[in-house]
Amino acid sequence: MRNNSVIGWLLAAPLSLVLLVFLVAPIVMIVVVSFWGATEWSIYPAFQFDNYAFLLTSDVTYRVFLNTLKYAAITWACTLLIGFTVAYYLAFHIRSLTWQVALFLLCTIPFLTSNIIRMISWIPFLGRNGIANSTLISLGVIDEPLEWLLFSDFSVILAFVHLYTLFMVVPIFNTMMRIDKSLIEAAADAGASGWQTLRHVIIPLTKPGIMIGTIFVVALVMGDFITVRFMSGSQSANVGRMIQNDIGLLQYPSAAATAVILLVTVLLLIGTLLRFVDIRKEL
Amino acid sequence: MTTISKVRYSRRSLLKAGGAAVAAAALPAPMVWGQETKNITLRQFGTGVSNLNEVAEKVKEDLGFTLEMTALDSDSVTQRAATQPDSFDIADIEYWICKKVWPTGNLQAMDTSKIANYDKIVGTFRSGKLTPESVIAQGTAPHTVGFTTGVDGKEFVQEESGWMTLIPTIYNADTLGIRPDLIGRPISNWSELLNPEFKGKASILDISSIGIMDMAMVVESMGEYKYPDKGNMTKEEIDLTLGIFTEAKQNGQFRAFWKSFDESVNLMASGEVVIQSMWSPAITAVRSQGIPCVYQPLEEGYRSWGGGIGLSASLSGMELDAAYEYINWYLSGWVGGFLMRQGYYSAVPETSKNFMSEDEWGFWFEGKPAAGDITNPFGQVMEKAGAVRDGGSFYDRMGAVACWNAVMDENQYMVRKWNEFIAA
Repeated sequence: MRNNSVIGWLLAAPLSLVLLVFLVAPIVMIVVVSFWGATEWSIYPAFQFDNYAFLLTSDVTYRVFLNTLKYAAITWACTLLIGFTVAYYLAFHIRSLTWQVALFLLCTIPFLTSNIIRMISWIPFLGRNGIANSTLISLGVIDEPLEWLLFSDFSVILAFVHLYTLFMVVPIFNTMMRIDKSLIEAAADAGASGWQTLRHVIIPLTKPGIMIGTIFVVALVMGDFITVRFMSGSQSANVGRMIQNDIGLLQYPSAAATAVILLVTVLLLIGTLLRFVDIRKEL
Repeated sequence: MTTISKVRYSRRSLLKAGGAAVAAAALPAPMVWGQETKNITLRQFGTGVSNLNEVAEKVKEDLGFTLEMTALDSDSVTQRAATQPDSFDIADIEYWICKKVWPTGNLQAMDTSKIANYDKIVGTFRSGKLTPESVIAQGTAPHTVGFTTGVDGKEFVQEESGWMTLIPTIYNADTLGIRPDLIGRPISNWSELLNPEFKGKASILDISSIGIMDMAMVVESMGEYKYPDKGNMTKEEIDLTLGIFTEAKQNGQFRAFWKSFDESVNLMASGEVVIQSMWSPAITAVRSQGIPCVYQPLEEGYRSWGGGIGLSASLSGMELDAAYEYINWYLSGWVGGFLMRQGYYSAVPETSKNFMSEDEWGFWFEGKPAAGDITNPFGQVMEKAGAVRDGGSFYDRMGAVACWNAVMDENQYMVRKWNEFIAA
């Protein structure tokens, strides 16, 4: 018995150490620095609430956080819709496992290039004289180029959806593949329509996958700064950009305070989500 | 050089037996220098404009030592100069960055008596006056942060004290870039940036310290306000300036903001933007794609910037001597010619002249029509025969500087307001 617990500790030690050094320690450091003070070119240890006071009393902070949440919510809805549909098609409409795997791998092909490249390639496509506008004009759909295609919230969300849908597809596809096909047959035998089967059988059983995908997408969008910068032409701000600006201007304590608030927000969000679904039960 | 030899001998004698040291001491000094410098590496970092590999290659060829170049954006440059003094030997920074970084003590002043061409450096960087009649422009004019009291002086002094903080290397006068083909009428004022005619087709750079100066030029040109000193605004002036631009932003005046050189080129070349703040080589990059683009001289004058090289406080011994050697070489003309053929100016134009053809000198410096095609140092044709430089000669352009890039006393407030502007 005693021996077992020693072995248990030893087995857990490497991972705990890695997490301690690379996850816990940096976060503790960020929290500590968030109470420090800064001059224009240096930071000094202190214990003051200036950074938080400034952040929490500035309406810019609220606007920026709201904007970030808006991006996260819309991106989440779009990626969920697309991700679910793709996963559903792969899991239930493709019959052979070979094809399922082949098509699934096909989904991942764009991810072989850097995500910056995938994002930036939208810019010439959506631009005022870009392919989208010139095609629409030559088709006679529009007379004037559509300005809102690029450097707008539309282009930011488009890029997010493009970049992150796969993170929704993978976990949903994974949980769908574990659904016992006989359950669906049973639903059909009991007279359920396809829609009813989807609503009462498939969606409830896919929830853990949806939740994991949600965590990925929300965390990625909330923490992003580069997509917003490039796709909005620097015209919109999200929390990531606020942190980036602070770091660029050597305001590390203020950046750390923003990071702490962002971390708390994301943890609260995910904590709330996890109350609805017990993902551990399903894994 | 004496330091170098001393250092070397003491090192050697530690490493080798006495006999070897005697043998080494018997060698003639220049050869010793040549041998030693091969092992010296100087680490330089700075913005992309002057951190060019061609310069490092030429240094290796002419001086024998190795120069490692790292190019960063201006925010990162400031950050590195202020926080990581041991990560570089030579900092290639702008004067306004110097104002911010110098008080950290990470840089050491340079003894002007060791700079061979010191007397030939243009007046802008010494007395502040390009010509004796010049009026000193607003903002962080280079001479105001160019001198200090001694090798480890912390304060800036306003006269030529013999101790320079940065040795000027590169500078230029910036203005708005326009697409004449898409605008179709003459542009002659900064206020045109906010002209509703260009709604959704204007841009400004998202680097607060530079952007605020462009904004101030616009606000003044609109007749909204006359700044006592654009380079050092009060909180109220900052609010006023950003207020005007926030309103314009919300009315959809801007297509995008840009932060890097490439972004500004793409915005202009793709026609997304027809008028924006721009840097000189970006204009050239647009033009080299066959797209018309003009670096429009404006009535109110230019916003100017200048960069220089500073030495890390930790440089000493033969590395320090090598750094002086490098600075003297920098001012001796080759780099100047190299930079001037890309549209920048060098601190000692007269030495650069020897490294430029008469036509190149006429075009870039004197503002004369090009007799033949003008190529850049990489062999690309920049301008066809007959072309005249936008804005004219060196004295026309640098003589019409209205303000310098600056860092204000209220910088932190300005930065916060700038972030609000971006988030608005």
